[in-house]
Amino acid sequence: MAFYRSHVLVCVDPQCLAKGAHEIVDALQDEFVAQGLIDEIQVLETSRIGGCSDGPEMMVYPEGVHYHGMTADDVPFLVEEHFLKGRIVERFREVVKPVVDEELGPLRPKEVRVVLRNCGEIDPNNIEDYLAADGYQALGKALFEMTPDKVIEEVINSGLRGRGGAGFPAGKKWAITRQVEDNPKYMICNADEGDPGAFMNRRVLEGDPHSVIEGMIIGGYAVGASYGYIYCRAEYPVAVETLNIAIKQAREFGFLGNNILGTDFNFDLEVRVGAGAFVCGEETALMASIMGKRGEPTPRPPFPSVRGVWGKPSNNNNVETYSNVPQIILKGAPWYASMGTERSKGTKTFAVGGNVVKPGLIEVPMGISLREIIFEVAGGIKDGKKFKAVQTGGPMGGCLTEQHLDLPLDYEALTQAGSMMGSGGLVVMDETSCMVDIARFFMDFTQAESCGKCTPCRVGTRRILELLQKICDGLGEDGDIEKLENLCHEVARNSLCGLGQGAPTPVLSTLKHFRHEYEAHIYEKRCPAKVCRPLIRYEIQAPTCTGCTVCARNCPVEAISGERRQAHHINAETCIRCGICMQVCNFNAIAVES
Amino acid sequence: MTRLLKEISASDPLSIAEQKLIIDTAIKENKERPGAVMLVLNEVQGKIGHVSPPMQVYIAHKLNVPLGQVHGVVTFYSFFKTKPRGKHTIKFCLGTACYVAGVPQLIEKAKQMLDIDLGETTPDGEITLEECRCVGACSQAPVVVVDEEVQGKLKPNKFPQVLKKVQKPS
Repeated sequence: MAFYRSHVLVCVDPQCLAKGAHEIVDALQDEFVAQGLIDEIQVLETSRIGGCSDGPEMMVYPEGVHYHGMTADDVPFLVEEHFLKGRIVERFREVVKPVVDEELGPLRPKEVRVVLRNCGEIDPNNIEDYLAADGYQALGKALFEMTPDKVIEEVINSGLRGRGGAGFPAGKKWAITRQVEDNPKYMICNADEGDPGAFMNRRVLEGDPHSVIEGMIIGGYAVGASYGYIYCRAEYPVAVETLNIAIKQAREFGFLGNNILGTDFNFDLEVRVGAGAFVCGEETALMASIMGKRGEPTPRPPFPSVRGVWGKPSNNNNVETYSNVPQIILKGAPWYASMGTERSKGTKTFAVGGNVVKPGLIEVPMGISLREIIFEVAGGIKDGKKFKAVQTGGPMGGCLTEQHLDLPLDYEALTQAGSMMGSGGLVVMDETSCMVDIARFFMDFTQAESCGKCTPCRVGTRRILELLQKICDGLGEDGDIEKLENLCHEVARNSLCGLGQGAPTPVLSTLKHFRHEYEAHIYEKRCPAKVCRPLIRYEIQAPTCTGCTVCARNCPVEAISGERRQAHHINAETCIRCGICMQVCNFNAIAVES
Repeated sequence: MTRLLKEISASDPLSIAEQKLIIDTAIKENKERPGAVMLVLNEVQGKIGHVSPPMQVYIAHKLNVPLGQVHGVVTFYSFFKTKPRGKHTIKFCLGTACYVAGVPQLIEKAKQMLDIDLGETTPDGEITLEECRCVGACSQAPVVVVDEEVQGKLKPNKFPQVLKKVQKPS
């Protein structure tokens, strides 16, 4: 392996690419060649460094200097100053990383990174970077020092539970798959991260693909599988590409293929790409999709561990679960089990979104409270507004309120509160979110994604959506809430798979905690959060309006009139209440009433 | 089944040698692999942009599977389109974070500017508007995806600039 005195990491995520990251890379290469530095300095492409709004960005190691905002023309100057003269160019230096607008920045308070430890630190497209970060050592340890049963025992003792959301102990699942007497066996990785508002797995796949691959190989050794599939959603083209590169490199280094590391263990992998169906995140549907069929779930039992893809035992875990495994094998179960609560061990990644100051990706130890996550890790509510609710667990999860903020993060605690851990989407809502509208939004999602195989889900979700739409439209009647509740219970009880069973949760949880909002819509024809269009009206506050005409120019229906520099007026008849005027107004002169 | 392949319109990819080659290559490369239907369809959709009914018949015939299976798969997954799309696609992310951050307003603006609905293509075949599931760029909300490029933190009054980039200079 060549030795370089310095490494330059250039961010090539979509935003930086759009701002010319590739041109920067080319310019750097050319300049290093021209200056005779090419043997001393290595240029690498990496996924997001952070703060891409000011891209293109690069990091110079070992100094750890973060540059941004340069163009290819600036590169010769930068190279001369930094790499020849050893002077940091303050003009392009990013000293304090921007806090808003980043997916994964520096470690935040209370964060512990296990799964995300390598993301942004290594070049995901270079296996040597992963090797330098103790990569594939766990595989060596498992193959040479541990029996398959010992590996399973270690994973059981670590307390690692399924990170896809259901929380089934990973080690136990492996033990079940191992015990089934049927061959061949398959390892499946569920990378169909479909929950809106969740992107933890994408980040791991794009930033540290080898950790997932290594986890799957170790799992394959433990359960006795010789082949694996990573089922990745089509919405993540970069992840698919990164995985394919990583698999190819792992094969070249002898971590995949026949006689891995000289042992008699054989294992290989391939990536299968979905085609945009949320239900394929359900394990039986996912397997149908791998087999080239419609992604419709089948009743369980038989469980995939017994009869899965191609009718053979298939061990299915999520991206995050697998990427925890190498660390557990390397550092030992007691280390992993030292984090978390009694029944939920280790760490969990979350994609915090919505109305918080610092949205983005975080990894925190289990047992931390929602309050700590929202107000300390994510910086609290944006624009000084008031916290209203937090939605956990994606479209199958529920909305939790102020009273739940001190709950410890734990599979059982969240389920008891009427939500669920889910895969890790965390959407924080402030007082401007209407809970009926949010419930309608989720139902719109599940209704569209229902595969249509079983009647309770196919018809039930549709009827629930119609009722919610009616209430949002201000046409709700006495008795609608009760009808909604009954329907929700029926759908939850009778649906075939997790999608239908979980679909009513957002409605039931908002009904439980925000019943008064439903009542306001129905009985007072009022939307307390001022969101539901038929129940609100926009007005321009004459004293604050400067007559800048921005609102009038942006109104899609030309409902705003007024002379330049004079207060404008909204014609309520033509107004479609889209809210664009309020968004574009620079003077907060537009108010919404209900 | 082959009877259905007798009359294919001249505009169908099957009638265009270049595109037929793509289809044939996809079939040849994946035919022996388990689960070939999805693999071929993903390849064809990705490279040609849609899977027309005659293409479905052709693929089913060549892979030796029932037409119903191919058609079933095509209609099940939202990525597969049966009609050609515009030269450029603007997709609006309907993830939770984008929804809360104001994607509905962006859609309204786009509809007004292009005078087409979501899922439709402009009459000149240039631009298609679509909604899409969460693209996982939630910290950039609200997000639109123009062709393959993610544009984040977009306000309705900035949308015309986005549109300008893909519109033909007139």
